[in-house]
Amino acid sequence: MATTNTVSAAPEKLWGGGRSPFNVEYGKIMMWYFLMSDTFTFGAFLISYGTTRFATNAWPDPNKVFNTFPGLTGNNYPLLFVSLMTFILIISSVTMVLAVQAGHAMDKRKVVINLILTIIGGLAFLSCQAWEWTHLYHEGAWWGRNPFPNWNGTVASPNFTNFFFTITGFHGFHVFSGVIINIIMLIMTLSNVFERRGHYLMIEKAGLYWHFVDLVWVFVFTLFYLV
Amino acid sequence: MSNEAILQTGVGGAHTAGVHEEHHEHHHHETFITKYIFSQDHKMIAKQFLITGMVWAVIGGAMSLLFRWQLGYPNEPLPMWVQDILGKWWVKDGHITPEAYYALVTTHGTVLIFFVLTAGLSGTFANLLIPLQVGARDMASPLMNMLSYWFFFTASIVMLSSMFVETGPFSGGWTAYPPLSALGDASPGSKTGMDLWLIAMALFVVSQLLAGLNYISTVLNMRTKGMSMTRLPLTIWGLFFTAILGVLSFPVLFSGFILLIFDRNFGTSFYLSDIFISGVGPLPHEGGSPILYQHLFWFLGHPEVYIIILPAMGIVSEIMSINARKPIFGYMAMVGSLFAIAVLSFLVWAHHMFVSGLNPFLGSIFVLLTLLIAVPSAIKVFNWLTTLWRGNIRFTPAMLFAIGFVSIFISGGLTGIFLGNSALDIHLHDTYFVIAHFHLVMGVAAMFGMFAGVYHWYPKMYGRYMNNTLAYIHFWLTMIGAYLIFWPMHYQGFAGMPRRYYDYTPWVSFDHFEGLNRFMSTVAIIVFSVQILFLFNFFYSIWKGRKVRTQNPWGANTLEWTTPIKPGHGNWTGEIPEVHRWPYDYGKDNREFIPQTTPVGADENIH
Repeated sequence: MATTNTVSAAPEKLWGGGRSPFNVEYGKIMMWYFLMSDTFTFGAFLISYGTTRFATNAWPDPNKVFNTFPGLTGNNYPLLFVSLMTFILIISSVTMVLAVQAGHAMDKRKVVINLILTIIGGLAFLSCQAWEWTHLYHEGAWWGRNPFPNWNGTVASPNFTNFFFTITGFHGFHVFSGVIINIIMLIMTLSNVFERRGHYLMIEKAGLYWHFVDLVWVFVFTLFYLV
Repeated sequence: MSNEAILQTGVGGAHTAGVHEEHHEHHHHETFITKYIFSQDHKMIAKQFLITGMVWAVIGGAMSLLFRWQLGYPNEPLPMWVQDILGKWWVKDGHITPEAYYALVTTHGTVLIFFVLTAGLSGTFANLLIPLQVGARDMASPLMNMLSYWFFFTASIVMLSSMFVETGPFSGGWTAYPPLSALGDASPGSKTGMDLWLIAMALFVVSQLLAGLNYISTVLNMRTKGMSMTRLPLTIWGLFFTAILGVLSFPVLFSGFILLIFDRNFGTSFYLSDIFISGVGPLPHEGGSPILYQHLFWFLGHPEVYIIILPAMGIVSEIMSINARKPIFGYMAMVGSLFAIAVLSFLVWAHHMFVSGLNPFLGSIFVLLTLLIAVPSAIKVFNWLTTLWRGNIRFTPAMLFAIGFVSIFISGGLTGIFLGNSALDIHLHDTYFVIAHFHLVMGVAAMFGMFAGVYHWYPKMYGRYMNNTLAYIHFWLTMIGAYLIFWPMHYQGFAGMPRRYYDYTPWVSFDHFEGLNRFMSTVAIIVFSVQILFLFNFFYSIWKGRKVRTQNPWGANTLEWTTPIKPGHGNWTGEIPEVHRWPYDYGKDNREFIPQTTPVGADENIH
């Protein structure tokens, strides 16, 4: 301890106190830690899903389950619709980046346009999910009910649908919260709150959350639809 | 409050006139509601957490007396007035019913672990000490801080309401293992009581998340000038790691609970498979595994015991150094061992599941990782002992509880080495040995840390002292009583006496424990009444205690003692002081103590 109690730390030292060691406001640290926390929530869900699936003899083939597209007849469009959903969500991440960037440049008009686009993307994703859920429900799938056979033709465990609806539902709830947050950001931007503050850092934090939700979807997409 | 006015003038007098005037600028009018109820002042929120925790400690402690009565006096009816209070669901023919017995042990565990030793301990001291000791005017987000308390309060109300439903509160043990917790038909307590239990716990997780995010960002971002991380008092380090553990482990519990809610209410089978009930037939659930729940639960459940003990460790380190008038021995080793414990706490959860059907090879890895925790724990214990070594010890009540903490932590910690071995655990699992172990190392030790903290920081909280005579009675009877209650349980556990049983009289093999059980129950009643004495001391002293006349009554180095005796919202009247040294310069260069705000002198020793 000889060093710490005798050498006086200069105030400009990164960790010396009197300033943020990461040069960010507390809200962003909170957001990062919240996202870490939420990673553990989703991690727990996905690991539970993985262990259960690993302990089960066979599993339905996602290409046979998710094989329809609204407006198109027949069922030979494997994963086409979910690819569209994924595309929509990733594009909404791009518009979010543009909104954050416009915020750095204090360009209110561009922030508004890109936030609106992001909100539309989020709502489009949620609508797609609503259609997919309704469609699966009409095919007889729900919590506790699984009409889809395993890839080898045997009767499948209801845990396929149990995990699917729980985890995509929990993710959809996150998207929904993200849309609400973005709408609040839009209202705050339109009423010049950030102009008065002189910075658009709130948009940046909302952006972090939005990208996180997208990133989670990449894992959900991979683990439920691709493998 | 007239007392406050008198005290504030006193503070002004002790300062220069300039400071006195500045103080008045900070004074703004507060109504009763913004000051005492929906307060955003971290000091008031700390008191709210503390007093709510106390209410729960009384409820949870009283519950333990009820089931200890059943264990100690299985043939004697409960006193009439107790029967009258409890009513028909709880008492039949003068005895606690089996359903009520299980409801009592479950609720006792849940509220003591989560509401008293998590919210009541880290909620109180993180709120009180983090801004004061790092040198901040308040938490990073006072609003979220307030919400954190009110989520906890709502959780408390929901949990309390579960006591009054027709089918009784949840009664499947605080771990809430399925299938008992997942099937409403499994027991009366698994019906509405379990739903309320889950809602209360979900609200509690939200409260912990809001609190934890605030603690972390305050410690990282809001340290005053010169307060580098290695100049933080060990209390802050303990609370900082606690917050990180909470933020990373509670969400996993939350996921586990969501899956459990679905299993209970929406016909899923995440945790259920192949269940046959006589008279009903096979249940439709298939493909799930109850072991999955145990993994998710203990991924929180094990860090949770460190969430409970790390703040107590920090408090004890701080109080011990102040009252031994010596620097803490091995500051960096203390921080390092806190860090090691925090990391290891995530890697040992399956030692709760050695006999659950875990793969034995996996078990052997968890044995190794579990026993590794003994290393940082031992480092801490030896550092405390060496801090005491040749110190000028002042036996204040807080110091007694800090020393008592070390004693209890050693006694309870050593039995952890027994239980961490998967082979020994086959015999000891679910016996009274486990009860003895965790009540000492986590329950009593953390309570001692809490008592030490309350006695030590009471002058900061209320501007008065607690009564020392009552405090000494409180300490000695609690210390002796804790050992008398929990030490004999080790013998019972070795003899194979299982925990959670309602009645041991049918087993001839446990007949010879009859007297011992009665003895433990009697001591429990005495120790509980001593805690009531503590509560009397606490509340009496708020209004009638001896007033604090000096800013720094304990001669401590940390920043909270540079604030006025009764700090207002914002803590410091003028500028926040700058920090020039670590907080443990006691007995240096023949000076008794050197506060952190004192600049380092040119001729000061390097040691």
